[in-house]
Amino acid sequence: MNATRRGLLTALPIVGAGVLGVGFWKMLQGMESGGFDPRAIKNPNVGRPIPEFAMPGLPGLGDGFTDKELKAETRPVLVNFFASWCIPCVQEMPGLRSISRNMPIWGIAYEDKPENASAFVQRDGTPYARVASDRHGRVAIDWGVTGVPESFLVAPGGRILWHGSAALDPQIYDAEIRPRLAGL
Amino acid sequence: MKRLSALLLAVALAGGGIALAVDDPSEMLPNSVQEKRAEAIGAHLRCLVCQNESIEDSSAPLARDLRKVVREQVAAGKSDQQIMDWMGDRYGEFIRLAPQFSWSTALLWLMPALALVAGLVIAWRATRSRIVTPVPLSDDERARLDALSGRE
Amino acid sequence: MFGPEQGHFALALACVLALIQFVVPLWGAHKRNARLVAMAPFLAVSQLFALAISFFSLIICAVRDDFSVQNVAANSAASKPLLYKITGVWGNHEGSVLLWTLILGVCGAAVSTFGRNLPDILRGRVLAVLGGVSAGFQLFCLLTSDPFDRVFPAPMDGQGMNPLLQDPGLAFHPPILYTGYVGFAVPFAFAVAALLEGRVDAAWGRWVRPWAVAAWCFLTCGIALGSWWSYYVLGWGGYWFWDPVENASLIPWLTGTALVHSAIVVEKREGLKIWTVLLAIATFSFSLSGTFLVRSGILNSVHAFANDPARGVFILALLALVIGGSLALFAWRAPSLTSGGLFSPVSREGSLVLNNILLCSICAVVVTGTMYPPFMQLLAGRTISVGKPFFDAATIPLTIPLLLAMGVGTALPWKRAQLARTFSHLFVAAILAAIGLVLCFWKFSGALPIACGALAIWVMAASVTDVLRRIGLGHSSRSEMLARAKSLPRSSWGAALAHIGAGITVLGLCGMSGAQHAIVEIHVGETRSLAGDDWTLVNVHDYAGPNYRAMQADIAVRHNGKLVTMLHPEKRDFTTQNQTTTEVAIHTNFITDLYGVVGDRHGTGADATYVLRLHKNPLAPWMWLGGLVMAIGGAFSLSDRRLRVGAPKRSAARTMAKA
Repeated sequence: MNATRRGLLTALPIVGAGVLGVGFWKMLQGMESGGFDPRAIKNPNVGRPIPEFAMPGLPGLGDGFTDKELKAETRPVLVNFFASWCIPCVQEMPGLRSISRNMPIWGIAYEDKPENASAFVQRDGTPYARVASDRHGRVAIDWGVTGVPESFLVAPGGRILWHGSAALDPQIYDAEIRPRLAGL
Repeated sequence: MKRLSALLLAVALAGGGIALAVDDPSEMLPNSVQEKRAEAIGAHLRCLVCQNESIEDSSAPLARDLRKVVREQVAAGKSDQQIMDWMGDRYGEFIRLAPQFSWSTALLWLMPALALVAGLVIAWRATRSRIVTPVPLSDDERARLDALSGRE
Repeated sequence: MFGPEQGHFALALACVLALIQFVVPLWGAHKRNARLVAMAPFLAVSQLFALAISFFSLIICAVRDDFSVQNVAANSAASKPLLYKITGVWGNHEGSVLLWTLILGVCGAAVSTFGRNLPDILRGRVLAVLGGVSAGFQLFCLLTSDPFDRVFPAPMDGQGMNPLLQDPGLAFHPPILYTGYVGFAVPFAFAVAALLEGRVDAAWGRWVRPWAVAAWCFLTCGIALGSWWSYYVLGWGGYWFWDPVENASLIPWLTGTALVHSAIVVEKREGLKIWTVLLAIATFSFSLSGTFLVRSGILNSVHAFANDPARGVFILALLALVIGGSLALFAWRAPSLTSGGLFSPVSREGSLVLNNILLCSICAVVVTGTMYPPFMQLLAGRTISVGKPFFDAATIPLTIPLLLAMGVGTALPWKRAQLARTFSHLFVAAILAAIGLVLCFWKFSGALPIACGALAIWVMAASVTDVLRRIGLGHSSRSEMLARAKSLPRSSWGAALAHIGAGITVLGLCGMSGAQHAIVEIHVGETRSLAGDDWTLVNVHDYAGPNYRAMQADIAVRHNGKLVTMLHPEKRDFTTQNQTTTEVAIHTNFITDLYGVVGDRHGTGADATYVLRLHKNPLAPWMWLGGLVMAIGGAFSLSDRRLRVGAPKRSAARTMAKA
């Protein structure tokens, strides 16, 4: 083998290691700035119409809702999956209440006993315009939900504009949701 | 991360989830051929809130729900491909433990062949070029050769 | 004497000694100053001494329940059993980094002690490289992961330890695995020293190989132990998940296995020199990246227990220095290394080249599969998963030719083989493999397990027949055979054993592919059958353990009405930690495991039903037994006298004369 080719071959490992190293450095940077989350799961339903569903309501909180009713809304709606057994959901409630002053939030109780969910929602005043019960988590699967809380911004007509998988607060609302509302 | 999956992870790490690994027998299909098929499909689906576990291996509630869906669809006569697509539709590529072949995963899928061919080519060229032009021994090497052959 | 401040001071002292160990011998070697070079062994031993004091101090802190030490407060508790107070020291990030550096110190001291026959300059350079790596990780320990950090005011009691970690298997798993990882620092240091020196020869191969083999033995044991742990703790019979942390141990194992083989070619034929140097660098680089990148949280792994980007940046800089530095040196100096002798493709060295290509291809697949998801997310913003189905599909086609070549390779002579003779040597092994194939058809189901099972028998048969042929079975008298067996190098015995171990592991994996399980919900007294056995739930009772409440089931397993065993699986509730663990009950006869788990109780009194998970796992123990046999084979070849005395000394004298 001639000398140049040999030189190129022996330089390959450091080039490879360098590429990997730069990649890792970018990832670490992204983890610090929040731009890269190795545990993030991309929800493929963003940009698509909402799935079909019909769910009953919770005791004392109305009749539940269907995909048709959600599609028929003339204002954008924030759909929020929650459960009374989920700690971040409890922490999210004050944030949701403050967001509900700006836009309607429809809640879906995920794998929760209806009476527990109902009591949980009503304890400190409900942030939800409407509430439905997804007792066995089957509707959540159609939405691509992996846990609670998760939230979706649904445009009039039923297209999903945004998906968030962190507990909501006014900061996230201002940073992620408000700009998307302005675009409508 | 402040949400349920983090909580689940913590529980799984801590072993709480592991206790649940014994699951509800009623979820298994009575038809053993169908049950085997469901298990094979489930082994290709990632438990989304777990780490590198399939839904068949996991005790997370979401994995249990997805197992149920797989079995319902198997019982309803759906094909493997249809069930995988149904899942991929809802959860994206992330749910497939073996990613589909595409331009972006070509490097991944072709790596076995690529590595093997590269290795063989480098080895072949190295031996061939050496046979064509044997490098003459330097004095130093000759001295070492003598020393080595004397030693053996 | 052994308080946290003393430990902290000893660690700082070790770091200073390591820095001196890094700089002085290198400078001495450069200036040809024998006295500076000769300081290296002394420095290495003193560094180990300081590290040992430091580590011992941390253990003392844990044993004395000194909760003013942050690390002890966060990971221990007064009520913890003494054994777990000690082993808990390395069950957390800070302690495990300290253990890591301690083992590196042991490696340096071992090179000083056992490397007396090395040329002084080479030994000085090797120790200098080890000192440099040591200093880096001790700085990491001191600056970002200080195990002796204090907390004020000291809490009354510690936060305790995860009950899952209170397990003897897990307590001793990290030291063994780390010894494997860190042990590859020695071949790495030899490679860097050879590049600095600008020459690699047969003697170098002979010096490097025992260190590589020793590290490989520990890594093999570590991986097997980890896999066994998940099998008996996680409670559903899984033994390998292709989790990034498992891959992180498999990747250096694959390159390390390639290294152990290619170093033979350097030693015997002065071939594959550049390649072996690269493998030595790569193996340690993978060990380093594996242990530390997994912890930086980049890889989506269960085991990322140090999710602190600042630590990640420090580690990345350190890795860039160690790996980047050595690879840059490689790119610069390797082209000037002399090429080895020529050889024919059909020869022992040819088969070793093929072995290296296949092992490294498997390694490339595992690396790519592990790295693909984070890089895909970084570059394309897409989240994908790469898991067991991919790894199985991509690695098995490479493993099959590897197994095939393993059998052929041992039968080939060096330099050039005559095919006809080789085939005649392999004839008996081929017949045994054919019989094995029939057996596999009978016992296993599925094309892949049958093919791999037959190949595993082929590997074992080829190893056994090779040894028997070499001691002259069939044409020599008994005493002559005994004499030949005695004079057969231990490394040959070791190699045969290691190959047999690999065959055993593969057979175990094939057997496990036919594992059967059932999940049942039954009353006490009811019986369910699984794979020809009748499992009866005889009784369930509750009892209180030292810090938990347990529900224990008594399950009788009968075969054709005859009692095989009683299994006593448990479910334990640790109330203080609010956690539940399962204690799996396993009965093994080394052919089949009967594996029982008890789950939830539904209902109360006589009406109560219990969920049971029952497994029948054929050949399961062979998976780990094979790993143990492989490691024993490695240890056996380490005891080969040729590896320690003789040639290196003479060559050493010559190198000194040249210097």
